[in-house]
Amino acid sequence: MAAAPAPGDQTSRDDADRSAEGAASVAGVDPSPAEPPGQPIVETRGLRKSFGENEILAGIDFAVHPGEVVSVIGASGSGKSTFLRCVNLLEWPSAGQVLYHGQDVLARGYDVSRFRARLGMVFQQFNLFNNLNVLDNCVIGQVRAAGRPTSEARERALGYLAKVGMERYVRAKPRQLSGGQKQRVAIARALSMEPEALLFDEPTSALDPEMVGEVLAVMGELAESGLTMVIVTHEMAFARDVSDRVAFMDGGVIAEEGPAQAVFSAPEQARTKEFLARFHAG
Amino acid sequence: MTQLAAAGDRNFWDWIAYIVEDYWSWLLKGVGVTMFLALTGTVVGVLLGLGVGVVRTIPADRHSAGPAKRVLLKTINVLLGVYVEVFRGTPMMVQAMVVYYGLGMAFQINLNVVTAGLLVVSINTGAYMAEIVRGGIQSIDPGQTEAAKAVGMGHWATMRGVILPQAIRNILPATGNEFVINIKDTSVLMVIGTSELFFQGKSIDGILYQTFPVYLLVAAIYLVLTFSTTRLLRLAERHLEGPENFTLATSSTVPESILRPGGENFGSRARTR
Repeated sequence: MAAAPAPGDQTSRDDADRSAEGAASVAGVDPSPAEPPGQPIVETRGLRKSFGENEILAGIDFAVHPGEVVSVIGASGSGKSTFLRCVNLLEWPSAGQVLYHGQDVLARGYDVSRFRARLGMVFQQFNLFNNLNVLDNCVIGQVRAAGRPTSEARERALGYLAKVGMERYVRAKPRQLSGGQKQRVAIARALSMEPEALLFDEPTSALDPEMVGEVLAVMGELAESGLTMVIVTHEMAFARDVSDRVAFMDGGVIAEEGPAQAVFSAPEQARTKEFLARFHAG
Repeated sequence: MTQLAAAGDRNFWDWIAYIVEDYWSWLLKGVGVTMFLALTGTVVGVLLGLGVGVVRTIPADRHSAGPAKRVLLKTINVLLGVYVEVFRGTPMMVQAMVVYYGLGMAFQINLNVVTAGLLVVSINTGAYMAEIVRGGIQSIDPGQTEAAKAVGMGHWATMRGVILPQAIRNILPATGNEFVINIKDTSVLMVIGTSELFFQGKSIDGILYQTFPVYLLVAAIYLVLTFSTTRLLRLAERHLEGPENFTLATSSTVPESILRPGGENFGSRARTR
């Protein structure tokens, strides 16, 4: 996979930028060993987001490649969630680019709904559809957005519900479930769409402590299975043990980024050290 | 039947009995027209209100709509706003006169009085319901819309599948209230001669000159109608809330093959039962 980028899968603007790297690859030198080669599924370039006068994201360059598990950590208010919500356009970026397989999804006329269907999202507050039972929560998107026949969608949903251990609750309504159960259903709902990558927005932050474990266990299994995941989290031990890569956000930018073990054991930036000191102390 | 007293000797209760005995079919017809107008008008009004409410919540921001679509949406929103304000801000009695005589004089459209009444009640209810529906939609947790967007559902699919079912449930008490109000307020349609309950009472009074017994009887009938409607609606609401319990699916209700998906890539959590 360390071969030169295949012609045609970069935008023309990139070809010039990458030609030097391409030459290096031909010479047998891997241009950037820290990042998996090949085209990212989603990439942001110079992503900015302001709410009124308040700038939350101040230029973020980020990419997630197939099979990667990336954790985004940082203090509350550092812009982690806003960043994730900008990636699947639940928030519209103020400036910068979001690229899906190299295509600009912010371009006028781009089918945003189809793009979103290719990225799953798991929310802090679960956001299960309150009017639907567990099974229909996992079916509606498949039928209404992906256009699958209902019977096929049901079978798929049951399969993923079994994977998160919730297949016996197919007839329950969300309000009858515990937080951990709701979040596992939410994961099954996202998986039922069979997305290319799954975004997690602080998936355990709204859970009682005793329910965090069951959700993290499911996420750990997904990570092992090779699913591409971007996880915004405060669960530092989980981020360290499960992620391939960690991005530390501070003040609306990615202050430090690298392999999980490296960032946790030997952070380079002072801000990262300070932030992780609290975790290591606790 | 008891022997009724002659006209001159009748006391109050005799008059009540006499009216019920001789004019029950008039009153019954009034009840029928009143309930028909109130029920149909409320149903049509709710549909109108739902339509207006949904259209008014179509996102019109810069990235989800092109310039032409935005201008169109803004125009439609202004027109719908005018509709709501005009029909909430004028008395239904006046609206009845304007619609019934106005359509006749301006467009030579001569509706019969029941149709005209239905039109007025429906449009009037629609204006009130539009605001109730809008409030109902806005009361739904934005997380519901976000989750629907996140699985790739568009505005209409989200509305139909997720938001409206919850919003309709939330506005059900207010809708029932509109129905009860309409049972009473259709009485203003007597100004165009619609033969609802109040108009029928007025007609009986015109024959018998017994204002107090006639209208007391009419009032009692209205009270029975509204009271029983309120009770029925409350029963229906309780029924719609659904059972508190659910049944766990077992291996006999979920196909075994689905519980044990073989050879897929997310590790095995399949149950052994």
